[in-house]
Amino acid sequence: MSAGLLLDEVTLRHGDGEDITTALDEVTLRVEEGEIVAVVGPSGAGKSSLLAVAGGLTVPDAGRVLVGDVDLSGTERDRARIRRERIGYVFQSNNLIPSLTAVDQVRLPLTFGRHDASRDPLELLAEVGMEHKAGRRPHELSGGERQRVGIARALVTRPRLLLVDEPTAALDRRRSHEVVELLAKETHHLRMATVVVTHDHDVLRHCDRVYEMADGRLKPTRPALV
Amino acid sequence: MFLTIRELVFARSRFALMGTVVALIAILMVLLSGLSVGLVDDGVSGLKKLPVTSLAFERGVAGDAAFSRSVVDLGTVDEWAERDGVTDAAPYGNTLVNAKTNGDVDIDLALFGVQPGSFIDPEPARGTRLGSDPNEIVVSATALDAGVRLGDVVTVDRVGTELTVVGVLDGQHTYGHVDIGYIPLRTWQEIRTGTAPGAQAPAHAYEEITAVAVRSASGTDLAAGDREVGTMSMTLEESFGASPGYTAETSTLQMIQVFLYAISALVVGAFFTVLTIQRKPEIAVLRAMGASTRYVLRDSLAQSLVLLTISTVLGVGIGVAAGAAISSTPMPFSLDPGSIAVAGLLLVVLGMAGAAIAVLRIVKVDPLTALGGNR
Ligand SMILES: Nc1ncnc2c1ncn2[C@@H]1O[C@H](COP(=O)(O)OP(=O)(O)O)[C@@H](O)[C@H]1O
Ligand SMILES: [Mg+2]
Repeated sequence: MSAGLLLDEVTLRHGDGEDITTALDEVTLRVEEGEIVAVVGPSGAGKSSLLAVAGGLTVPDAGRVLVGDVDLSGTERDRARIRRERIGYVFQSNNLIPSLTAVDQVRLPLTFGRHDASRDPLELLAEVGMEHKAGRRPHELSGGERQRVGIARALVTRPRLLLVDEPTAALDRRRSHEVVELLAKETHHLRMATVVVTHDHDVLRHCDRVYEMADGRLKPTRPALV
Repeated sequence: MFLTIRELVFARSRFALMGTVVALIAILMVLLSGLSVGLVDDGVSGLKKLPVTSLAFERGVAGDAAFSRSVVDLGTVDEWAERDGVTDAAPYGNTLVNAKTNGDVDIDLALFGVQPGSFIDPEPARGTRLGSDPNEIVVSATALDAGVRLGDVVTVDRVGTELTVVGVLDGQHTYGHVDIGYIPLRTWQEIRTGTAPGAQAPAHAYEEITAVAVRSASGTDLAAGDREVGTMSMTLEESFGASPGYTAETSTLQMIQVFLYAISALVVGAFFTVLTIQRKPEIAVLRAMGASTRYVLRDSLAQSLVLLTISTVLGVGIGVAAGAAISSTPMPFSLDPGSIAVAGLLLVVLGMAGAAIAVLRIVKVDPLTALGGNR
């Protein structure tokens, strides 16, 4: 049976000549549908690179990436289609569009193409606790509010795969727990495969499995041991 | 259009500034177009209204001064009349003079000498045609604006010939920015040779005209006629270039217009280049979320199209209003809907070209850059 996400011996290098960094070193990772997996590790370990490869933003130098039963080794055009149809991405710097109100941020992905099973943007904003600020633009929102709008935006197309980069970086403790709990709830509820990258060990107990990353290598740990 | 409209509203002051620039360019284009059409009318409207297909000038005369320099023998009129394909040929004289009316109005006139009753002797809208009285003149309607009235007596400066205004033509008949007055050929010949009333004209005076006015079937071999008769034919269209200042004026204005188009394309292109470069991070996010190249292109170009169309329409509107005000002044100005439409369309098309070049450079931005600096 196909997994929600499968990385099979994926290697990704940056730079060339003398100056090569191996961001991902033969990384293998399988995430089932309905499962939320956390990846922890220090800055520069390769966590964002892992998400970029899993999200089809870049093609690895070696190894295979599958989202459901779809291979992500195609052209940029093919990968763009897979991104808009199957993948939700919550960026580290939440990357909202300055001109759009919160509700329009969430609507935006629906304008990229046809989406049969899309969700109602306002309902989704309510679910992340942002319905009262639906008309605000990013510069009128706090870091945590922007983060939650970013999550709603990633969920609106009902993605099969949800990739979340450092969701708690801009949040206080209480908010951090709320956000990761929300992600876990949505993952189980919508049966997505979710990968959350974080260096906030506090939130790991909401996740089903935890991996540790260092120097581009990935190894499993148990939440209790972290 | 989802993003297009919201971006336009969000960055409205920036877009308004750019729209103002485009609108100003559009205004300038309308005014230039009006001025060039007006100048053409002022320069050659009287020639355009001649019922001739070509004019046979003196052989070898300078092409850009044919009307003032050419002297053709009266006998050549009959020679042209007899040629195959020529339906009409008549003597034509052209002289610029200063004159004064009995109402004490100073006026410059282009005197067109014609044989009364010939095919180029015009039918006035008011008054009567030239008759047997040698001292009659039929003037352009625009001469009335200058203060000439039907029935006035116009005295030609220096020579002293007195001409009674017996008819007024329909609309503008001007040549070299001067109102046209049609007079009998013999009178024209006397004025041209400076013969005062009652004085004896030199012997050659009555044998000389400026050119032979010819109306011929299309496909008539004018070159063969020129060889035979010893003249130099210009089609009516070609003869415009022989009217004073015409070529210089039209080519100057054309050059200004071409520059204006080039500038507008560059300005719009530069604006959209800056705008799209500023939008680069945003476009990277769109690409990272899976927006197709087509989506990003369509969004950016729709923005340019909306901006260009609105500001061009606004600018043309203001330009036409300003032009209508100018039209009522003595300035040569005439609004031609056709050339205004072409100018507006060209402005939009060139602006879109500038915008497209700017957008194409950025649409392929690597979606990875959406991950930002602190990846
Ligand atoms: N575009 C790039 N060019 C060169 N090196 C890069 C690039 N992106 C990432 N790296 C390098 O790859 C390694 C992993 O980076 P990253 O995946 O961003 O780590 P993390 O998200 O865990 O902080 C780092 O050493 C980083 O400097
Ligand atoms: Mg990172």
